[in-house]
Amino acid sequence: MKRNVVVSWLIVLVGVLYFFVPLLGTFEFSLRYRRGVYSFEAYQIVLNDPVFRATFTYSTVLALATIVVGVVLVVPTAYWIQLRLPRLRPVVEFITLLPLVIPAIVLVFGYLRIYSSASVLPLTSTETTTDVLLTFSYVALSLPYMYRAVDTALRAIDVRTLTEAAQSLGASWGTILVRVILPNVRVGVLSGAFLTFAIVIGEFTMASLLDRPAFGPYLQLVGANRAYEPSALAIITFAITWACMGLIQLFARRTAAQLAGAH
Amino acid sequence: MPPARQLSWAWVGVVPFFAFALMFLIIPTSFLAIGGFQDGQGRFTLQNLVDLFQPTILSSYWISIKVSAASAIGGAVIGFLLAYVAIAGGLPRWVRPTLMTFSGVASNFAGVPLAFAFLATLGRTGLVTALLVNLFDFNIYRTGFNLLSFWGLTLTYMYFQIPLMVLIMAPAIDGLRREWREASANLGASAWEYWRYVALPILWPPLLGATLLLFANAFGAIATAYALTGSSLNIVTIMLYAQIRGDVLHNPNLGYALALGMIVITGLSNAGYIWLRGRSERWLR
Repeated sequence: MKRNVVVSWLIVLVGVLYFFVPLLGTFEFSLRYRRGVYSFEAYQIVLNDPVFRATFTYSTVLALATIVVGVVLVVPTAYWIQLRLPRLRPVVEFITLLPLVIPAIVLVFGYLRIYSSASVLPLTSTETTTDVLLTFSYVALSLPYMYRAVDTALRAIDVRTLTEAAQSLGASWGTILVRVILPNVRVGVLSGAFLTFAIVIGEFTMASLLDRPAFGPYLQLVGANRAYEPSALAIITFAITWACMGLIQLFARRTAAQLAGAH
Repeated sequence: MPPARQLSWAWVGVVPFFAFALMFLIIPTSFLAIGGFQDGQGRFTLQNLVDLFQPTILSSYWISIKVSAASAIGGAVIGFLLAYVAIAGGLPRWVRPTLMTFSGVASNFAGVPLAFAFLATLGRTGLVTALLVNLFDFNIYRTGFNLLSFWGLTLTYMYFQIPLMVLIMAPAIDGLRREWREASANLGASAWEYWRYVALPILWPPLLGATLLLFANAFGAIATAYALTGSSLNIVTIMLYAQIRGDVLHNPNLGYALALGMIVITGLSNAGYIWLRGRSERWLR
């Protein structure tokens, strides 16, 4: 048994090396902007770059729009499937998994053909409608995660009883969804939202092919032309991903504690 | 309200979802799939599929398949080992939640920034490259290693493949009951016999299924490879990217067939994953 534990530690050590050395390497590289001394110069340059600010803001707004559209689409659907149409569950679940099966680049290829300026619905003809198309592309991309997060949360509550209780008090469908169901699946919605944010913020393929000034294409451009700034950007992006995942855990744990406290 | 009337109107509630699915998943994909079977005038043809077998396209599929398979198998082996020792390896309790949280982060740390991280580490002036030269006078680039190559890309992809494997396999490893191990030990089985006759027969469907999922995950990826290698490593997603940008194949319908081929490959590996997951649920719950 002792020997097994040593082997276990060795495997963990290999994992730690593989995962931390690139982070360390990136961090060290990002500090090398000035010859001979470590400095945060690369970060200063990046953070003061107006293009960084513009693209980062653009992607943040798009991520928030994606989350709103995703929640509006997924919560009522998952709720309705659970309450009234359980027979459709396998179909809906299959559809929500399609974005994992169809590569993002293939999806956006299809959009460019279907919604070209010559088509019935020319979404790519103006910048605003392209932004709408990109938002919906991201909703599609994050659908598997958002749906699963919300569906798991819905299964943990008694949807039928809550609905009937609300109905008997005279609540409309809108009131039930917004004031009864949504608060009860808050944790699922939040974890879906943060995961969506982490996916959307640095997304490259769709933004680049739809030709929108998002953060992902900016990252690529900096990477092709600069030496130290890309490392600083990688560290910043990693910190954002870490923050998103950390917040998911935090909310999940707080709710678990609340549930445990209620019993 | 009588139940019959409720049922007949219930479908209205899922109309937005199905409209979304049609507009942004099914119709765009079908358009490409159908276009792959048409010529420039819209007539039915199989010529595009035949043309996929020209050397440049075939080699781009092949390098994609090789990178995806290598990173999937490597990621599956290492990810499984990590998940197993963290759950059942006799390590302190905090190891498991730490590994899980980190895996959640690392499996989402992909795309362009991941390429930057590996360039800063194993590129020509990267930290590890420089350290090896300074400490051991050993230049990995003189041994033929190149980050912008098959092995470099595989090593980079494993950064999101390993944590994904950890996340998928943890529930399956939890399903391995301690009693099975104890029972086999009581009957005189060695550790090897336990793995050969008990654990692996139960674990192979989820193991293989997860490997297929990892394969599809790598096969559809583009951003990391594009930022890492530019277009020097011609994987199929990079070729499709160039085709969408500028019709490098000089035949739009051949481009659709290229996309169709990708859907078939990722579709098959996902179907395998779903089938194997169904099988594994018999023992592990």
